[in-house]
Amino acid sequence: MTSVANPISGSALVSIRDLRISFRLDRKTRFEAVKGISFDIPQNSTVALVGESGSGKSVTSLAMLGLLPPENSIIDRASQIVYGGRNLVSLPIGELRKLRGADISMIFQEPMTSLNPVFSVGWQLEEVLRLHMGMTGRAARKRSIEVLREVGIPEPERRIDAYPSQLSGGQQQRVMIAMAIACEPKLLIADEPTTALDVTIQKQILDLIADLQKRRQMSVLFITHDLAVVGEIADYVVVMRNGEIREQGPAKAVFETPQDTYTKALLRCRPQLDRRPTRLPVIDDYMRGTGPTHTEERRRGVRMSDPIVLDVKNLGKSFYSREGLFGKREFKAVKDVSFKLPKGKTLGLVGESGSGKTTVGLTLMRLHEATTGEAIFEGRDLLSMSPKEFMAYKRRIQIIFQNPYASLNPRFTIGQILVEPMQIHGIGDSTQARTDMAFELLDKVGLAEVSFYKYPHEFSGGQRQRIAIARCLTMKPDILICDESVSALDVSVQAQVLNLLQDLQDEFGLSYIFISHDLAVVKYISDEVMVMNEGSIVEMANSDEIYRHPKMPYTRNLLASIPKGWQGGRERAND
Amino acid sequence: MATHAAALREGRAPIVREVPHTVSPGLWTLAWRRLRSDRVGMVSLVIVVAFLLMMILSAAGLIASDWNREVGVNYAPPSFLGSEAPAASQAAAIAPGGEATSAAPEYKSKIVDPIGDVIAELKAGKGERGESQPAAAPPATSGTPAEQGESVDPLAAVMADIRAKTAQSQVHTEERKATLPFGGDKWGRDVLKKTIKGSETSIFVGLAAAALATFLGTVFGAVAGYFGKWVDDFFNWFYSVFSSIPYLLLILAVAAVLQQKGIMTIVLILGLTGWAGTFRLMRAEYLKHKAREYVQAADAIGASNARRMFVHIFPNVSHVVLVQMSIYTVGFIKAEVILSFLGFGVPVDVVSWGSMLNEAQNELILGKWWQLVAAGTAMALLVTAFSLFTDALRDALDPKLKGRAGA
Repeated sequence: MTSVANPISGSALVSIRDLRISFRLDRKTRFEAVKGISFDIPQNSTVALVGESGSGKSVTSLAMLGLLPPENSIIDRASQIVYGGRNLVSLPIGELRKLRGADISMIFQEPMTSLNPVFSVGWQLEEVLRLHMGMTGRAARKRSIEVLREVGIPEPERRIDAYPSQLSGGQQQRVMIAMAIACEPKLLIADEPTTALDVTIQKQILDLIADLQKRRQMSVLFITHDLAVVGEIADYVVVMRNGEIREQGPAKAVFETPQDTYTKALLRCRPQLDRRPTRLPVIDDYMRGTGPTHTEERRRGVRMSDPIVLDVKNLGKSFYSREGLFGKREFKAVKDVSFKLPKGKTLGLVGESGSGKTTVGLTLMRLHEATTGEAIFEGRDLLSMSPKEFMAYKRRIQIIFQNPYASLNPRFTIGQILVEPMQIHGIGDSTQARTDMAFELLDKVGLAEVSFYKYPHEFSGGQRQRIAIARCLTMKPDILICDESVSALDVSVQAQVLNLLQDLQDEFGLSYIFISHDLAVVKYISDEVMVMNEGSIVEMANSDEIYRHPKMPYTRNLLASIPKGWQGGRERAND
Repeated sequence: MATHAAALREGRAPIVREVPHTVSPGLWTLAWRRLRSDRVGMVSLVIVVAFLLMMILSAAGLIASDWNREVGVNYAPPSFLGSEAPAASQAAAIAPGGEATSAAPEYKSKIVDPIGDVIAELKAGKGERGESQPAAAPPATSGTPAEQGESVDPLAAVMADIRAKTAQSQVHTEERKATLPFGGDKWGRDVLKKTIKGSETSIFVGLAAAALATFLGTVFGAVAGYFGKWVDDFFNWFYSVFSSIPYLLLILAVAAVLQQKGIMTIVLILGLTGWAGTFRLMRAEYLKHKAREYVQAADAIGASNARRMFVHIFPNVSHVVLVQMSIYTVGFIKAEVILSFLGFGVPVDVVSWGSMLNEAQNELILGKWWQLVAAGTAMALLVTAFSLFTDALRDALDPKLKGRAGA
């Protein structure tokens, strides 16, 4: 709360004063999610609310619409959310409902789950108009088509009768935006509207929101964890952490001369496209006041002389769906993919959703059966050997999944999780030896010894990902496949896990296949990058080469879509 | 708790280390804590446990082992009504033993008996003929039943036999009590003790049948859901065919195949016919869980199919099994009653709440309500408590709350 005394000036559309929200966890304990924050949303501008998970940013936005679950949330009585001279906190629910959708509307993170799948897009749009504008029949339909055209849906006359499942993710998010702006709201709250989307789609949606904001003269409250996105869109920035505001002010000030250490840390611990320090700075470095410890650049790249550990040739994977009584339709998820993985290096695998990059990883692990191709490891083809033979090789290739909350069995203690693979593969002679090794690995991934006796739910996302890494390490693999392994993590935690992966590679000479949609992260960690689209390789080259001189138009388009952050502040931030 | 046990069985890590550590609560411990804060759930749990305790004590022969002794007069009324109740004398009129018939029927009825007059008439008629022909004589020897004004009793000969035997064995050394704590049945047995003894059968049948049904359902569902493809098709066909047969017909069919009466037969009937619901549920759970990342991760580290199914997935769906089992227990306690009513229930020499209720339907006409109330109340109390406990259990095990503590 460094700058509460200095709220954003100007004619405010909404001003939030001393907002306190807590949640009842059980009869006695309460958790204070928002600890007395104050900020303004000026008219005709975009305010970005930035923070990591648990910072209270989403809770704040839900409170503005009165959407917090009434049974366990408590908004402090002294809190004020003033809109149009009225305090939304004390407004009766009926009045609030009139404001929702009409004056203040909201778009959510997941367009796939926010639209009702059994109603057509038009029906859902018309419902909003019917409820708030009193429009009916033909007028509502005409207006719906207009709005759909405004958000850039092609052929709106036809698409209005489509069901959500018939639209792509980007189009669904456009429909959500159309619903949000249909009644010409004065304030649009966008809660992580682009997080679930591919970079190219993200860019389109960001452009659309920016464009609509200008054209409609409305205000946007943009909630995100991604500072690069904020740099592109925001006029004002509010940085939150643990329910408090760390810093707020015009975007220029926050990006160019951040005052708060946390803001500074947040700006720097995210991998950047033009730099590659040997270690990424983490939030703790800044909070302790030491600053970044390793500033020298790491050299990346693959030489012809590097020994090859895995040679993949013409890998293909098809999925079949039934069609008619006897027919089968083939869907080629991976087509004719060949690459060589050098020892001790990282191969980055980038592509948009549906490009087949995850399927490549799962097929190499034989979690999916490959349709064609071979993967030569120590002179043997991993894909064609019998399951029994493969068992011996299974531990040599391991995978770290995307979601650390789902990939650990919730009913096992960490000790059980770590000891199990050693038991299965007969690593270590006795229970005692295995236990000792588990303790060693816990230490290696930076977790306390007590963790051995705990259950996964007692750890945060980053810690769980470390446990997953430790589990892989118990088997001493040669190749580690990281399937979006840091995508679900907060920026600061992401840096820690990336550093850990790098340390392990340096120590054990592991080879990584690093699958991600995040181009900045891939650039940071990879020696070589392979771009995939619709199941085929588009381009493959050393990472510096591919980011500097992309050859294919698809790659160029992909790289151009990466949010560039605060353009004006770039040089200063890199000092 | 369960996972610890599993770990020990697996030979996994009875870990001893010098590091001082606080044992972290597993999900079961957390669920128990949530359950403990649920007042209704805890009260229900206490009631259920009390019933189970009663059942165990009774099975061990520590209480109600003498339920079979005819301690009271026939249809002895509950003590709190007093022995003046008309029932006693009425009961005497039709009870076996010569001395009972001589007792003149008195009607000081406070309760209005709708068919009291009719019975009085019948009694009067019987009394007239009583000089030449004692009413206590078996009907088979006393001309046509119509003449006697009594309904035809096909088991009369058997009953007479039993009566003769009991009359012989019954040494009239002890005084028969006029009243019993909660009344007596037709033979003067203590209804309260009978109810306690009956709980043994009813609860055992309920629990055992529920365990069998959930076991079958879980194994079938796990195999079908986990392996999918033709295995799943096979089980689904089996399930579809199975569930297309009317339920009662199925029960009768199984009963006919098993060919004998007994507690185990009822358990088998209920268990073999009741697995379908759990099957669908477990199949869905396994379908859902086998695609989860933690199962893929187990595959990646080389865990076998059986290991993934039962060591990895099962503990994560075991709460569903538990809830299913308690729902089944409630249902099967009731089903036992229905079976007993239909005549597929427990043998004559065994008492259960079902057989008590079956007896009670005849007694009710005579105004002897206590057996019905005793068995009915016991069952209603247990079933309600069990249902409420099941609800509380489901809430406590609700995985939606998972993760909040750690996040």
